[in-house]
Amino acid sequence: MALDDRKSEFTFVGTRPNRPDGLDKVTGRAKFGADMSAPGMLHGAILRSPHAHARIVKIDTSKAEAHKDVKAVVTRADFADVPFKPGLEGEFWNVLENVMAGEKALYDGHAVAAIAATSALAARDALKLIKVKYEVLPHVTDVDKAMASDAPVIREGAADYSVPEGMHPNVVRYHESGHGDVEAGFAEADLIIEDSFVTEATHQGYIEPHACLGMLGNDGKGELWCTTQGHWIAQKTCAALLGIETSQLRVTASEIGGGFGGKTTVFIEPVALALSRKANRPVKVVMTRSEVFRATGPTSSASMDIKIGMKKDGTISAAQGVFRLQGGAFPGAPGDMTAMCAFAPYNLTNVKQVGYDVMANRPKQAAYRAPGAPMGAFAVESVIDELCKKLELDPVDVRLKNAAYEGTKASYGPRYERIGLVETLEAAKAHPHYSAPLKPGQGRGISCGFWFNHGGETSVSLSLSEDGSAQLMVGTPDIGGSRASMALMAAEVLGIPYENIRVTIADTATLGYNDVSHGSRVTYASGLATIKAAKHAVEKLCERAAASWGIPTDAVKWENGCAVPSGPNAGDFDPRPLADITAHMGSTGGPISGHFEATPEGAGVSFGTHIVDAEVDPETGKTAITRYTVIQDAGKAIHPTYVEGQYQGGAAQGIGWALNEEYIYGEDGRLQNSIFLDYRIPVASDLPMIDTVIVEVPNPGHPFGVRGVGETGIVPPLAAIANAVSHAAGVRMRQLPMSPPRILAALKDNG
Amino acid sequence: MVEVHLWSGLRSLTGGQQVVEVEAKTTGDLLRELVKLHPQLQAPIDAGVSIAIDGRVIASGLTEPIPVGSEIYLMQRLRGG
Repeated sequence: MALDDRKSEFTFVGTRPNRPDGLDKVTGRAKFGADMSAPGMLHGAILRSPHAHARIVKIDTSKAEAHKDVKAVVTRADFADVPFKPGLEGEFWNVLENVMAGEKALYDGHAVAAIAATSALAARDALKLIKVKYEVLPHVTDVDKAMASDAPVIREGAADYSVPEGMHPNVVRYHESGHGDVEAGFAEADLIIEDSFVTEATHQGYIEPHACLGMLGNDGKGELWCTTQGHWIAQKTCAALLGIETSQLRVTASEIGGGFGGKTTVFIEPVALALSRKANRPVKVVMTRSEVFRATGPTSSASMDIKIGMKKDGTISAAQGVFRLQGGAFPGAPGDMTAMCAFAPYNLTNVKQVGYDVMANRPKQAAYRAPGAPMGAFAVESVIDELCKKLELDPVDVRLKNAAYEGTKASYGPRYERIGLVETLEAAKAHPHYSAPLKPGQGRGISCGFWFNHGGETSVSLSLSEDGSAQLMVGTPDIGGSRASMALMAAEVLGIPYENIRVTIADTATLGYNDVSHGSRVTYASGLATIKAAKHAVEKLCERAAASWGIPTDAVKWENGCAVPSGPNAGDFDPRPLADITAHMGSTGGPISGHFEATPEGAGVSFGTHIVDAEVDPETGKTAITRYTVIQDAGKAIHPTYVEGQYQGGAAQGIGWALNEEYIYGEDGRLQNSIFLDYRIPVASDLPMIDTVIVEVPNPGHPFGVRGVGETGIVPPLAAIANAVSHAAGVRMRQLPMSPPRILAALKDNG
Repeated sequence: MVEVHLWSGLRSLTGGQQVVEVEAKTTGDLLRELVKLHPQLQAPIDAGVSIAIDGRVIASGLTEPIPVGSEIYLMQRLRGG
């Protein structure tokens, strides 16, 4: 349902003020996960499995417990007995099993025991005193091999209702959707291309490793400080895993040094609390980078088969995709999301998509910006590019010809509301980048991308001070400059300067429930909540002014930060500025605040189009990205600088994912590259200047038209870069990352 | 009555039907009625579904009104990063 009070002219929204947390961040005053300490604090360390798959026969902790510096040792027995359920239904059980292994170690790096000691060094040293007897089991880390009939079974009974009979127990969820008749559609095609693609797991690569400080008493009351994208989900999960009441655990989110989806769950937090409960002292746990790689969520790896039929004029007559995603030793790989997003940019008469969620002996996958969508786009957009090449059609024109628009039946079912894909493609076609000449050895690629976006449970509280300034409490950790966006939206409604608004990320004890900062939901949902909370306060300001003038409340309106009579018949009164009303609020009815508690449902989907130029060195196989342009629909950019930052960040992470980043496993199932020297994320010298174009097609579900922008930007890069590299190298690249050895091998195979 | 379009993977739970007609004023009614007609749909609903009403995706709310004649699609619950 469209909001009838949607605003289109703005005073503060759309400007680019400095971020309110900027000074704290550049002076080191901001406190991140590892920056908190407490009197009597112990340090935790976690013992991890060196095996990819092994039965835990015995854990002997006696020597560790006897050490003078060790104050507590925990194993699985120190956590609550959470019941096992199949599929994602048993997510608490899955998280518990991941946080601390039960009967089996399921991947290299899986936690099996933990120690709290008087120093971090003592804790790490004491881990050597724990003796674990393992029975090593056969393992599998590759998605296709994990589905094969002879693959070792990771856990019986993990599959949910959706999996067809006869599939291997490692296949735990199945998705199938689409419409029309793909066979009839292929029969109409002038050219059909069928091809297969593979992508490796990549890590979100946030700069700040997981860190927390937990305190839990034997009375079941606790405090937790942690770096997280969502402290309410941390509260809920930790309480369930430790068998305490949710409300008795107060969780405060630290500043966060990146998350990208990887900090939407817990890893070390329940361990710190369990150690604290046993030692009766606060316990701090900080992961090393190697632990982050080995034991926190990378994205899924994928294996995909695509078949697309096209007519000579560029019309896609049918499209079909099979997407197999490996998500570690637990259900959750987003094969369903990959399937639903893969063809979403296009207006298709005949489309069918199938997704598999497959378990393997790897760490539990975690969300990574638009989870599942980038790999699907890589496969689909590569085939579309190849069709364009073979039919000698312009790739932007073909995408425009098939582009979804308002009213199009989406590949995943419903008809689209107002969307902005066509506008991004038209902007791409008109952009100087698209018509710029290429040098010899260079190639140009384009790709579209889609993401759903999300609303989610949201609480916001706004209170006014006597001097006319405002405090805004939100519950979504600021992972992308959201304090600035919230302050701009509140300023827009209240009519007071941006600088007069202080935005705080409230802890779980001071605000109602908030979903995680994920799904590109913060500017949309916390923003909508901020607008509504500010309007709630404005209603009260108008009531106070009306009472002071002795006229009805509905005869007062709010204009430019002042209460004014709504028309000539309301009376002749001087405007009352906000600060004039709040100065007397204590004696005219008490404090003035505004609130919002609800689940906004109208996030509005988002599309982007990327243009990439790449140059391949045929001698070394090294790729240089020489030019990059991101065009994406933001609905309405509240703070354009941070929208551009999201676009550029998506491109930068996409360049890493496409060219170099990958989890490399040895024959023994152990991760071979668990440090940044061996796992190569892009550095500044790997990146070109990244141009951005903000398209604004307002979302009908937000008062200011906002669409989330955090995730869509990671969807097109893999495909756009692969298309550019394939043109530059003269050979189609079907496997990511397109690292120099892979490019050299492809060049060699191509003769 | 409104027609609810299911994703094709659910046909095995509804005797092959991909479109189910139910009487429902809200999203919560709709899910209850679907299960009454096809009890096997309880499993996917428990696993998490979203409902698109004329293209607007309701991620989880059970109190959203369903206008007469609206186009309804059941979707798997969305997860983000």
